[in-house]
Parts: sequence; C-alpha cells; structure tokens
Amino acid sequence: MLRVRDLSISIGGQTGFTDIVSSVSFEIGKGEILGLVGESGCGKSMTSLAIMGLLDRAGPWVRTGRVELAGFDVIHSEPYQRVEAGHGGIAMIFQEPMSSLNPVMKIGEQIEEAIAVHQRTPGAKRTLTARELLEMVRIPDAAMQLDAYPHQLSGGMRQRVMIAIALACQPQVLIADEPTTALDVTVQAQILSLLRELCDTLGLSILFITHDLGVVAQLVDRVAVMYAGRVVETATVERIFSAPAHRYTEALLSCLPDAAHRGQRLTTIPGQAARPGQVRQGCTFAPRCRYAVDVCASDAPPDALLPGDHHALCHFPRGVSP
Amino acid sequence: MIEPPILDVRGLSTDYTLRRGGKTVRIQAVKDVSFTLAKREVLGIVGESGCGKTSVGRSIVRLAKPHRGEVYFAGKDIFTAGSEDLRRLRLKIRMVFQDPFASLNPRRSIGDSIAETGDIHGLFDSKADRQRQIQQALTNVGLDSSFAAHFPHELSGGQRQRVGIARAILPAPDVVIADEPVSALDVSVQAQVLNLLADLQAAMGLAMIFISHDLGVVGQISDRVAVMYMGRIVETAPTQDIVDRPLHPYTRTLMAARPKPDPAFRIKAGIEIGEPPSQFEPALGCPYVKRCPLATSQCETADPSLRVIAPGRMAACHNI
Repeated sequence: MLRVRDLSISIGGQTGFTDIVSSVSFEIGKGEILGLVGESGCGKSMTSLAIMGLLDRAGPWVRTGRVELAGFDVIHSEPYQRVEAGHGGIAMIFQEPMSSLNPVMKIGEQIEEAIAVHQRTPGAKRTLTARELLEMVRIPDAAMQLDAYPHQLSGGMRQRVMIAIALACQPQVLIADEPTTALDVTVQAQILSLLRELCDTLGLSILFITHDLGVVAQLVDRVAVMYAGRVVETATVERIFSAPAHRYTEALLSCLPDAAHRGQRLTTIPGQAARPGQVRQGCTFAPRCRYAVDVCASDAPPDALLPGDHHALCHFPRGVSP
Repeated sequence: MIEPPILDVRGLSTDYTLRRGGKTVRIQAVKDVSFTLAKREVLGIVGESGCGKTSVGRSIVRLAKPHRGEVYFAGKDIFTAGSEDLRRLRLKIRMVFQDPFASLNPRRSIGDSIAETGDIHGLFDSKADRQRQIQQALTNVGLDSSFAAHFPHELSGGQRQRVGIARAILPAPDVVIADEPVSALDVSVQAQVLNLLADLQAAMGLAMIFISHDLGVVGQISDRVAVMYMGRIVETAPTQDIVDRPLHPYTRTLMAARPKPDPAFRIKAGIEIGEPPSQFEPALGCPYVKRCPLATSQCETADPSLRVIAPGRMAACHNI
C-alpha cells in the first residue's frame, strides 16, 4: 500500500548538506501496522513528515527517494492530483491532540470541516457523517458530543476525535506519531485497541511511530528500528523480540526493566545516541557496540538478509555465524 | 527493636481551589493518605495522571499547602515546623523533578546550580571547599568535573537529570523524593539513570520515595509500592506481591494495561474499560466503582478505607 524507497532527508544547501535521514526504505501492506521505532532524534518523525509531504525547501528537504501510495508518487505530485487519481491519501495523528484541535470550535464542526474538504458530501448530510465517525471511534453519546468543545473532553477522548477527523479524509494510510505517549496506560490500551479494530474492519494501513517497545509488541505486525537516521533492522514483531539481529535492537531490548530481574542492575548502552550525520564512516552504531571490530568503524555495513524477510544493517548480525 | 521510620505520613489531605466557570471549586488532590518510610527503604508511588501522587510528594516538603494531616520526619512534625526548622528539614528531604531543564536556571552554570543550595544555607567553608563539593557531586552522578563550567542547554536530557540528582544529594540528605525522574528519558538513558539512583541509594543509605506512572520502572527500584487512585492509596504491598498477585481491582487493571515488551500479549479490538472519573464530581462511594468489575451496591454508597489484608499488605476494597 505504502512504499518508501531510498528516502534521504537533508539539512543545509545543495552543497554541504547533511543527511538527517539516510536511505530509508520500508513497505506497509493493506491492513498492516508497521512500527517505526527509535529513540529521540533518530529521524522517525522527520520520515513521517516527508511521507505526508510536509517538508519544503525552507527547512529539511527530501534529497533522494520515492514515496508511493498504491503506486502513486506522493512527493513529486500535488495533493489535488492524488484526489483526482482516486486516492484517499494519507492522514496523520499526533502526540498531543489538544494542540491539533481548534479550541474555540465545536468538535462536530471540526469533523465536518474535514468531511467538506475530503468527501463530496452535501452540507445536510455532513452532521450525520460526523456522528457516524464519532461512533466508529467509540465515543459514547456521539450525537451529544458533536456540540462539545475540545477542553470539555479528556485526553483519550480528544485523541479519538483526532482519529475521527483523520478518518473523515478517507485515508488508505494513517500515520500515528506517538499517539498514546501522553495518555495513561488504561486509556492507552483502549486507543491501541481502537487502532487495531480500524485496521481489521476498514483495511486501514498504519505507520505507528513510537519509542515504546511495550506498545510495539502489543500492537504492530512488523517493525522497522531506526538509529541515527537509518533503518537498521526490519522484521516481523515476533522476530524482533525473539531473535533481534541488529546489535542496537538487541541492546535496546536488554535495557528494559523486567520483572524477572527486579532489583538487579539494568543493562545500559554505553555512550550517547549518535546524532544523524555524526558518524560519517562505517556503522553508525559502532562506537557504542560491544561487538564492534575494525571493519565496523571503516566500512558501511551490508544489508544482511535473514530468513523470513528479516533485514539488518550489520557486519555481524546476531544469530549468524561469520 | 524496630527502628522508627524516617518519615511518617498520617492522614494527609491536600486541597486545591480553582476558579471554574466563574465559581470557586475545591478539588481534593490527596485524600487521607497515610504511610511510613523506613530508613534506607525505597517506596514507589504509582498511579495515573491526576491521582495525586505528585501532590503527596510536594505536600511532604510543603511545596503544596497540605490541608490536613501530619508528617513526621525523624519524629519531628514538618507541618508545624517554624521557618528556621523548615529550612533545615529541606536539606534533609530533597526532591528530584521530572524535567531537569525546567528546574535548572538556563543562565547559570551547572556548577553554580549544583552549589545553589549550599550557597543559601552556608554549607561551604571556603571557595575551594565549594569547588571541591561541586566536583564531588558531579563525580557521584557519573559526570566529568569539567561539566561545572557548562550551561544546561549544552547537556543531553540524561546529563541534565544527573545534574538534577547532583543538586539533590549535595547536602547529604536522608530522604530523596524523586517525582517521575526518568519519564522524559529514552529507554537506554532511563536504564542508566535508574542504575545511578539505585547505586546512590545503596551507597548513601538514602530512603527514597519514587513517584512514577510506570509500574515497570517503579517495580525495578522499589522495595514497596503504593498504588494511588483519585487522591487515595488503594493498595500497598511489597513490590514482588504487587507484581505477582495484585489484590485491588484497579491495580489489576493497571498491571494488565501496561504494555509488556512481549508479542505474546497482543492487544485485541474492542477493549473498553472506561476513563477515570472527573475530579469535579467526586463519587459518594468507592472512587473506582464505575470502572470496577467487582462493584456491588455497597460500593456505590460506602467509600472503603485502607485495611490490612495480609501481613504487609493493605487494600481499600470491600470485595477482597
């Protein structure tokens, strides 16, 4: 459904640029949830903005690569061309719904606004469609809540409204950028459950961006792990947790507190996360990797292909004898 | 002989008054909370946003104005302490906050920020002593002593939190109250800071109150856990018991909702467990009644108080 090929995003001019996202490639199938995982500053949000076409030449810019939505080139086309070609497109929800909603506009009007732009629904029917959307995202008393203002809703309900507005665009792909990070765990569980339901019933594809490995394990089907602007590993969620191949993924998983080892020291990754563009030679993770040898610091790692469509950018992936 | 607790909190209630829709509304952020903290013990306080866990920490050091109750530090009542006593107490009970960037003055060097408490309280004998103590505090939190000359914006989030911890431990306190100290950090950095807190706690013999919304993090560092909901403690138990056999239905929901990093536990479509009730409309009975699978008619009318269920275990529920 969505195919990202060799995407590089740069800051700086045409000469003397620095890649903050380098050669990122991944695909999301219909009804599939792909988790894009990484720590702060690894380039995961920048990647999503590029896919949405929200980058322009004033700031970071797309230097190379293609983003295809059902075969349609997203980056090198205008939004109206997508609509004319019959593509619903890509919608996005963010971490903090309150800053994406208009505080002085009723939520019903905000949903109707999205319907008016994206669906050719006559005015009289829009309220009905808005109510159906609120019901779809499981907001109780949907008809009454159309008249509510954002401040009257809880954080979880606001995020449901954001999802309803995203659905009003009739998207094929939804990008969710840390949508539950600001929510309590019991509310988070309900939003994740809703996203799963939308994938199953509408065939929606979701790019789910998060730093939370627990959420990844519960929700997504496949995982792309990012480090310093690169996707360093992609695999099914089962493989990522049971047999991580990249040494960064392995190290990240070992940092998590675990009830079985309560009170013992946690494993840590030495040093600090490399900024994208900081390491110019060899593997970006080599300075922090406990398995690194000379070749890791000098040569860029190959794309190692393991069984089960499992990729790792590593000279010595775990579980593969050299 | 049993050692007396370093901190003894009895019947603590903290109210806030807000203006809402032109009317003055009173919110009970903390309602009748009691617990003790032994020397060298780590107590985790866990709960969701708005449950009152931060207000408990702030009330103990009188950053928030407690409404009712008593807090004894080494036998001395904090709430009736005069300003001179309070100043001394605040060297013994120190806080670490969630966002170290917000609690560090951006125009002061790290060294000056760390030394601020000492400057105010006259803890340094000389300039050389001040310098020595700053360097010692930096070394204790695993930072190079050259950081003293840097400014907060030059540091990463993890380094800033180390500075926040260095500030807290400089006057050699007895109690540290850490309010969500690792919530703003990436997992790999979070692990480093948790290790540091555990090391310092053991090395300095600190008693610690560790406040967090994350049961996994709380479980890692705490000896005992108190679970809060709507301003009340609903369950306390040794950490292993909370993890293995949570008693209160809310604790169970919290444990079940916590995303486990294991794809064997997949989220299903159609989970509806309701949202926390509004604090503006306090319920008559048990605050958890609307979301509780065990609720009976008694829960609608009678607010359960915390009672002993088993040795070392307390819960506030009619149906356990």
